[in-house]
Amino acid sequence: MRRLLAALLVAAPLGVAGSALAADGEFTVVIKDHKFQPATLEVPAGQKLVLIVENQDATAEEFESTDFKAEKIIGGGRTARVNVAPLKPGTYKFFGEFNMETAQGTLIAK
Amino acid sequence: MLASLIIVFREVLEAGLIIGIVLAATRGVPGRGRWVTAGIVGGVAGACLVAAFADVISDQMEGTGQELFNAAVLLTAVVMLAWHNAWMARHGREHAAEMRAVGRAVETGERPPQALAVVVGAAVLREGAEVVLFLTGIASADGGGAVQLALGSAGGIALGALAALLIYKGLLNIPVRHLFTVTSWLITLLAAGMAASAMAYLTQAGVVSIGGEELWDTRFLLTDQSLAGQVLHILVGYTDRPSALQAAAWVAVVAGITLLTRLARPQPPASSVPAE
Repeated sequence: MRRLLAALLVAAPLGVAGSALAADGEFTVVIKDHKFQPATLEVPAGQKLVLIVENQDATAEEFESTDFKAEKIIGGGRTARVNVAPLKPGTYKFFGEFNMETAQGTLIAK
Repeated sequence: MLASLIIVFREVLEAGLIIGIVLAATRGVPGRGRWVTAGIVGGVAGACLVAAFADVISDQMEGTGQELFNAAVLLTAVVMLAWHNAWMARHGREHAAEMRAVGRAVETGERPPQALAVVVGAAVLREGAEVVLFLTGIASADGGGAVQLALGSAGGIALGALAALLIYKGLLNIPVRHLFTVTSWLITLLAAGMAASAMAYLTQAGVVSIGGEELWDTRFLLTDQSLAGQVLHILVGYTDRPSALQAAAWVAVVAGITLLTRLARPQPPASSVPAE
């Protein structure tokens, strides 16, 4: 029981920050209704990352960032892996170019 | 409508600027209008094909197909641009005779290879595929806004064509004896920028893991997202936070093409000094 509580206590802040750890260095972002879920992601600085972007919309989205280099078109219902080179600590914006009013997200590298 | 106009314009701007430069660089070459048009038409057809098979392409090579395809198209254009410059160095002249040299080359049956038509086609294909994917997505999701979408897209393409016209007319203001030197440099820088972009795709694909660290940050000067930043990105490969790999590729292409054009220049005849 205590272990379960401890695990939940550790997991809770992770859930709040929105970093869904798949495997080491892998982070998942979902595109739904032309919005990113989570919209803010905490990632470790200074190490290679893989963003797993799952497009749950029916139409294609162009996942893009100029803050960290990324540009990938992800078809409707498809999932893509985007490799990101190690980031310095800071805030990095990403967006869906086909739906820029709503598809906006932030990576926080710590 | 405005949203689709802006999105389409951002995509076609690159192709537009490249077309303008290619037209200026081939000024005086008979039939170049036909070849540039062929490049555009081929690019549009290719773009529709790529868009139709986007998912298949993406799935290749363990999900890195899209990045590898983009990098391959970019690097092909780099080779074409280098080839064009080398050809012009061999068959052209440095000063006012350039125009006459091209005219003379035509009389003797030599013409610049249609390398630039491939470059135009490659640019239209890359950007066009994104436009097609964007449009088909919007069209399928929102049937009622078809007219708005069509108008916005037409507007975006028109603005892209305007960019091509502006750069072409602007370049034509350069005196003929300098025009080919200037366009030769523009072509070299275009190629260097494309090589740097190709490196970004390869890094994103995870194909290369070296040189990913950011070299410098010039966002205080010019951001990648501003219009000026985008124009400069296309023309000289500017990016506000280049990776080491991108910078190395840029330098390598500039040095490589410059060396190639030096080597391609016709050598003066050996017996220019009369024997004693």
